[in-house]
Amino acid sequence: MSESVLTGPQTRAIPRARGGFVRRWVRNPWRRPTFLATVTWAYIAWSLIPLTIAIAVSFNRSRSSSSVNLFSVQWWWTDPSDSLLHDPELHSAVIQSLKLSLTTMVIAVPLGVAFALGIDRWRGRVASGANFVMLLSFVMPEIILGLSLFFVFSFLLKFVPLGSSAQILGLVTFQVSYPVIIVRARLLSIGKDYEEAAMDLGATPQQSIRAVLLPMLYPAIFASAAIVFADTIDDFVTVRYLSGPATSEPLSVKIYNFARGQPSPAINAAATFMLGSTIVVAAVAYLLYRAFTKGQRSGAGLGDLATQF
Amino acid sequence: MSVPSEAEPVRRRLRRSHRATEEGIHYSRWFWPSFTIPASLWLAVLFILPLYTVVSIAFGTVDPIFRGPLPVYEPWWWSGKQFGRVLDESFGLYRHVYIHTFEYVVIASALCLVLAYTVAYYVARYGGKRKTLLLALLIAPFFISYLMRMLAWINLLDTEGYVNKILTFLHLVPHPIDWLSGRPSTVIMGLVYGYIPYMILPLYAFLDRIDANLLEAGRDLGAGPARTFFRVTLPLSRPGILAALVIVSLPMMGDYYTNNLLSGSPHTTMLGNLIDDAYGSTGQGPRAAVYVLILMVLLIIPMLYYLRSTARSLLTR
Repeated sequence: MSESVLTGPQTRAIPRARGGFVRRWVRNPWRRPTFLATVTWAYIAWSLIPLTIAIAVSFNRSRSSSSVNLFSVQWWWTDPSDSLLHDPELHSAVIQSLKLSLTTMVIAVPLGVAFALGIDRWRGRVASGANFVMLLSFVMPEIILGLSLFFVFSFLLKFVPLGSSAQILGLVTFQVSYPVIIVRARLLSIGKDYEEAAMDLGATPQQSIRAVLLPMLYPAIFASAAIVFADTIDDFVTVRYLSGPATSEPLSVKIYNFARGQPSPAINAAATFMLGSTIVVAAVAYLLYRAFTKGQRSGAGLGDLATQF
Repeated sequence: MSVPSEAEPVRRRLRRSHRATEEGIHYSRWFWPSFTIPASLWLAVLFILPLYTVVSIAFGTVDPIFRGPLPVYEPWWWSGKQFGRVLDESFGLYRHVYIHTFEYVVIASALCLVLAYTVAYYVARYGGKRKTLLLALLIAPFFISYLMRMLAWINLLDTEGYVNKILTFLHLVPHPIDWLSGRPSTVIMGLVYGYIPYMILPLYAFLDRIDANLLEAGRDLGAGPARTFFRVTLPLSRPGILAALVIVSLPMMGDYYTNNLLSGSPHTTMLGNLIDDAYGSTGQGPRAAVYVLILMVLLIIPMLYYLRSTARSLLTR
């Protein structure tokens, strides 16, 4: 330090530029990017370290997290009664979770994509009213939507029993706005030129949608399918209010019920399993996205995805 | 940026009368509207109708024997008895619940904003070649279940968990602290942890879109880095900040699970807990409906604000 003061201003600038992260930080922790970088990396650590510990707990041999004995799959499948695979309650919950998520995805995505297409091209009072209701359902806190659906199925639409069917109807209502928002954002950037060109060349409106517009929408469709799946498998507010018998409770509801009452590494295993299935679906969506967008990607990456939220 | 001009209504009228010739497209009149019919019907039956049912229950009567709610669907027969009772409760017995809720939500949103803005600003401005990695790390919590993230903190904050172990190891506290039974600080931390990812990404998207030339202009005109930030960046990002605040405080207002998982004590009851408890106990159906209605009324202005601001940002994008 004292050396650099002695050698004058020209040379002083050099060590400042070269020094390692820690040295630069010690010299002046308030230099803007350094301070910001520290906060950012600290935030990332804070946001991800607890999760890695939670995942690690599921591979721990002991029931309490205090004695660490990693790399045991006891809570996954070895334990004959309490593991994720063999506990009958958790086992059926896994299947219910996957069933609900896949069904919701299959219903919500086409509904939402069609709505986005229609609303983007059909202007007018009715259209903007429908769009408003759609967006309102998106920002409505889930507790409001979940309980209203519970009331409607217990009083007005009694022919829908609480359980899987009510859960799917409710989940689709809650999820349908994701594909709408994502596909509309994509439609805005595509514009109408391609379709018009197709029709000038003699395609019917149906053909131009199927052969021209839809392929260009594939990235948005896959992204929204992945998001709908991920969000549904994690959902427990709507699902919990609309669950009937205990067999209709998916993994998320079980985790919520057990988390404070009887914590067990099997619950962590259950949560890790949900995380894993989300990652698998996101990866599949990403691969499909890459396969279907060869030649029309323009250096778009995660930044592009982030702007869609 | 598309500039909505005064000529817009005129142009629209023109388009309406000459639609086919001007655009050269021959859609039948019902072609596009028919696309929206399935989802619109869905929302009418499973979104609008349920909300109306809540209102009918809130202003309905109660079965005298089974104490179950009897919804009244005709507005002219509505009675305000249930509503009045809950409102009395809200200003008396449960006033502290409303105060808690606002306190927690305001503090948690403010903490979220400070942290999220810093992170989003860093990634947008100085992300450089690490931008993709940073974004991937910031998006990761999105794909991780909320429950899993709360479960992680239950594991950590347990009396035998790592937080207490580290604290006692360093002799910062003599005995392990019971973080998980009714501490407002734990609940607020949980809220921040749970909802901050929803704030960082929209803020990042907003800050990333701010034209760097504007900042350079500020610097050229003699403003220092701090002054450029406070006079240019911050005012420009105000709509983004407001939208981000709304997007985290809306779900926080209806949150009951964070509180149940990380505290579970009546000391930290929030409005969402009142609703959930009323749902869970028999004979409380009408009360739950009234609370849902109150929550909806409290949140309608922020919701409308958010919808308006996002609609505008879509137009100017």
